[in-house]
Amino acid sequence: MGKTLAEKIWADHVVRSAEGEPDLIYIDLHLIHEVTSPQAFDGLRLAGRQVRRPDLTIATEDHNVPTLNIDQPIADPVSKLQVDTLRKNCAEFGVRIHSLGDIDQGIVHVVGPQLGLTQPGMTIVCGDSHTSTHGAFGALAFGIGTSEVEHVLATQTLPLVRPKTMAINVEGTLKPGVTSKDIILAIIAEIGTGGGQGYVLEYRGNVIRELSMESRMTVCNMSIEAGARAGVIAADETTFAYVQGKPHAPKGAEWDAAVTYWRTLHSDADAVFDREIFINADELEPFVTWGTNPGQGLPLNASVPNPADIADEEERGAAERALTYMGLVAGTPLKEIKVDTVFLGSCTNGRIEDLRLAATILGGQKVASGVRMLVVPGSARVRLQAEAEGLDKVFIDAGAEWRSAGCSMCLGMNPDQLAPGERAASTSNRNFEGRQGKGGRTHLVSPLVAAATAIRGTLSSPADL
Amino acid sequence: MEKFIAHTGTVLPLRRSNVDTDQIIPAVYLKRVTKSGFEDGLFGAWRNDPEFVINKPEYSGATILVAGVDFGTGSSREHAVWALQNYGFKVVISSRFADIFRGNSQKAGLLTVILDQTDVEAIWAAVESDPTVALTVDLESKTVNYADRSISFAMDDYTRWRLMEGLDDIGLTLKNIDQVSAFEATRAAHKPETLPVLH
Repeated sequence: MGKTLAEKIWADHVVRSAEGEPDLIYIDLHLIHEVTSPQAFDGLRLAGRQVRRPDLTIATEDHNVPTLNIDQPIADPVSKLQVDTLRKNCAEFGVRIHSLGDIDQGIVHVVGPQLGLTQPGMTIVCGDSHTSTHGAFGALAFGIGTSEVEHVLATQTLPLVRPKTMAINVEGTLKPGVTSKDIILAIIAEIGTGGGQGYVLEYRGNVIRELSMESRMTVCNMSIEAGARAGVIAADETTFAYVQGKPHAPKGAEWDAAVTYWRTLHSDADAVFDREIFINADELEPFVTWGTNPGQGLPLNASVPNPADIADEEERGAAERALTYMGLVAGTPLKEIKVDTVFLGSCTNGRIEDLRLAATILGGQKVASGVRMLVVPGSARVRLQAEAEGLDKVFIDAGAEWRSAGCSMCLGMNPDQLAPGERAASTSNRNFEGRQGKGGRTHLVSPLVAAATAIRGTLSSPADL
Repeated sequence: MEKFIAHTGTVLPLRRSNVDTDQIIPAVYLKRVTKSGFEDGLFGAWRNDPEFVINKPEYSGATILVAGVDFGTGSSREHAVWALQNYGFKVVISSRFADIFRGNSQKAGLLTVILDQTDVEAIWAAVESDPTVALTVDLESKTVNYADRSISFAMDDYTRWRLMEGLDDIGLTLKNIDQVSAFEATRAAHKPETLPVLH
C-alpha cells in the first residue's frame, strides 16, 4: 500500500521508534519568537543545557512589537522586557535573530518562506499554532507549546504520536473574486473547528494545484482553525520556482539533488487516507464569519443565521452566545453589517500578493468616512517590496494607515487593538471573543473583501462596488 | 514535574463549548517571561461578569474544571495550561480537547481527561445541585469517581506512566541522544541551515 505525503515526511524523520512509545521525530527547522520562548530558555539554563542546533534555529520579533515608530524604544515596559529577553537569550545561546529594524524582521511565518528556510520535505516547528502555514511547501509543520520549544532547543527532536491523515479535495473552477481565504473558511465551516483534530490535512485537487504559493500558505495557515495541527500541499513546479534563488535555497548540484527528492514527496496513487472530503469550487462564494469561532462562517450573500434553526443543542447555544457577543440580529443580511475598522495583514494574509490584491480594489478609491483601515505588511521585506511597487501610496491615498511589520491587530498584543464593541473586517485567522481587543468584534474575510468593505463601510465583495 | 497518581477535589462546572485559549488567557496577559502569575488572567474577559461561574462562592476552591466540547482550541500558548495550574486546577475534563492544548497539559502535568458528553453532563448536573460533591480522578485505575459512580477513561500507557512518575520528557530523550547524533549524520546536504546569513 502506498503512503500519503505526510506519512512519507514522517517516515523520513523518525529517529527512534519503539513499541508503546511515541516516535522520536527529528526537527529540521525551529522558528522562535518572543512570546513562547522565554520560559523555555529559562528551563535550559536551570538544567545547564545548551541549544543543540543553533544552526537549525532562527528567531524574530513579531507578536509584541509596535507597528509605529519602530525606531523608538518599545513604549510598553512589559512588552519591551519580553523582546529584550529574546534578544538576550539569542545572544547567550548563539541563535540568529532578526530584530525590529532588521530587514528580515517580520511575522515568523512570513520570514521563514521569504528567506528560503522553508523547503519541501522538512519538519518545521514553532511555538505558534499558525506554523501550519509552512505546510504549503510540502513540509510537515506544526505549532508547539513552550515545553516542546524547550525540548526542541535541547534535543532538536520531539516525541510525537503519528497523526491520521485527511484528504481535502478541492475541484472545479473558482468564480472571479473568490480566493484561497474563501476556500479555507468554507472548509472550516464544513468540517468544524474540531473536525481536523488528530489529523494532518492534505489539500489536493486542481484548484489547489492552480494556487500560487502565497495563496497555498493562506490555506495551510488556517488548518489549525479546523483543529488540525498541520496541513500540507504536495510540492510542484510552483513550489520549486518560489524556493529557487531564495537566500537559503540549495544551489548548484545540491539544488538538483533537492528537487529530485522533492519530486518523490506526494501521496501515492494507492495511498489510503483515514478520511476524505470533497469541496466543489464551482459553488464557492466570498466567505465571511458571523460568529466567534472560525467555523461560524457563511457566504457573504447570506444572512445572519437564526439559532432556532440549528438542530444540535450545543451548536445552537454557541450560536446564541455568539450573536449576543457580536451584537447581531438573526436574519440581517451580512452585507448590511457596518464595520468600524478594516485590518489587512497577519500570517494569513500579510504577504505581498495579499497587499497587491487589496490595492487593485483600493486604487483611486477612498476608505469610507468613519472607517479606520490598518495595512500591516507581514514582514519588513514585504513592506519594502510594496513600497517599491507604489502600493503604500495606494493605501495612503485611499486613507488607510501604512504600518511596519508584525502580528499587530491579529491578536492585539501590541497597541493595535479594537476598542470594546468596535467591529472589524479582518484578514486574520481568529474571530474569538476579544481576540483583537477586549470586547472587539471580528469578521474574518479575504483581502478582496477587506478592501471592498473599507470602501463601502459595510461587509462587501468587489462585485458590490 | 510533579507526580500525578490521583486527585480528589471539588468541581467548577463550565457549561461552554469551544473555550479557546484566547478565553483561557487573553493575549495581553502573555507578556510575562515566567511560568507563574498567570492566575490573574485566567478567563480574563469573563471574570468581570459576577455571574460567571468562577465568581460564584459555592465553587471557590474547585480544583477540577469540567468544560464543554472542544476545550483549548486555537493558539499554542502553554500559558493557558499555566494559568489553569496557577489558579489551582489539577484536572480538566471535557469530551474533546484541542490537540496542542492537550499535548501542552501533558507536558506540564495538568491532567486532561476525556469523558463522553453524557458523563460530562451528568457531572455538571450533580455538581450544580451540590457543589460540595467531591470527585476523585485516579490515574492508576483510569477512573473518575463521585458519589456512587465510577467512570473509566482512556489514556495511553506511555503518557500515563510519564505523568505518574513525573518524568521530564527532555531527560527521557537525552537518554537516546546517540540515536539523534546518528540520525543527524545522515542529514541531506541540501537541507538549509540558519547560520551563516546568506544575502
